[in-house]
Amino acid sequence: MGDHHNPLEEIKRFRNVFIALIVGTILTVGVAYIHFQSIAVTIGIGLAIATVKASLVAGYFMHLLSEKALIYWVMGFTFFFFASMMGLIIWGMQDIPHIEAATW
Amino acid sequence: MDIPFTSKPRPDTGLYNAKVGIWLFLASEVMLFGALFSSYVMLRIGADPGRWVEGVLDIPMGTVNTVVLIFSSLAVLQAWASLKMQNIGRFKLWMGLTILCAGGFMVIKSFEYTSKFKHYEVWFKDASRPSVTGHIEGDPWFWSTETLDEQGIEVLKFHPDSAHEEADHQGEQGHADSGEVLYAASEEHVDDGSHGEEDHGHTLDIPRDEILRLSAFVPAHSTYFAIYFTMTGLHALHVVGGALVLAYFLLPGIGMWKTDPTRFTNRVEVGGLFWHFVDLVWIFLFPILYLL
Repeated sequence: MGDHHNPLEEIKRFRNVFIALIVGTILTVGVAYIHFQSIAVTIGIGLAIATVKASLVAGYFMHLLSEKALIYWVMGFTFFFFASMMGLIIWGMQDIPHIEAATW
Repeated sequence: MDIPFTSKPRPDTGLYNAKVGIWLFLASEVMLFGALFSSYVMLRIGADPGRWVEGVLDIPMGTVNTVVLIFSSLAVLQAWASLKMQNIGRFKLWMGLTILCAGGFMVIKSFEYTSKFKHYEVWFKDASRPSVTGHIEGDPWFWSTETLDEQGIEVLKFHPDSAHEEADHQGEQGHADSGEVLYAASEEHVDDGSHGEEDHGHTLDIPRDEILRLSAFVPAHSTYFAIYFTMTGLHALHVVGGALVLAYFLLPGIGMWKTDPTRFTNRVEVGGLFWHFVDLVWIFLFPILYLL
């Protein structure tokens, strides 16, 4: 992880990623002010930008793009279980009958 | 006896101990926050129309805090790279900046929290009358319906959020389905309401016997605030914990730079990995809690 890289070059790359993250933040806030037809579109775009930003942090700031195999195994399993948890929950949500809102 | 592989990588994995350790720990952290994020998804999708609180958080403050955390992530990398270049002076500067950012984040977060503790919603016994949000005269913290009875309050002096401001909030939502704007739609009704307060005086005298429920924006207010405080609270604890570790490297722990510089550099890298993770969690928390 960067041991064989020149630290100065790495810092330059970190700065570029930083700028991309700031641009992503501005986009995220900007998109939230735009009126899309449906909530699903707004949420989808918001989460897509967040995912790109998170990938930049993990890939460059955390050096995941150039890590050793053991780390990939650990995080691969983690991603699998995380995605399963999310996926099963969202899948399960489809099955809940809609009950009218109680008024109180 | 010396512990092997604290500074030199193990030949078969190519990793020093702490690197494996921190990633295993981060794996468990992913599952911890993952459980909370999936709870959020359940609560959000499962919320009855109009029951999900929206547009009550301070977006500028949240945005500033996002930038502060991202910058602190860059700063901790600069600190680590300074060690790689044998420049302990620059390390101190960048590590100090990182910890300052952590402090700044917590200060902003505490302003946000306290403003919620004295921001209220009142629901009326007349079910056809929409609830109203605003502040109680004197700005008390943590009042609830019980407080009204304990203090024997017969008329609640209430300053509703201005209709104008609420209209802005509604605009911010970007998806004003009729069911979704409970929190935005309430004001006009009350301003034109039956209490002769005719608007812009911004004080509303609400008789106790008309109030069904009074709650500050605290976890008990709604599932939204329950998950908001749980997730941001746990995240804030991570910010504090990370800042303490990084402060240790900057102050008492810095002696290792003289005795074992490689190991010290590794420590800073590992502390930085945790710090980036805290940043990464916030990157998701900010849009889902503040914007969506």
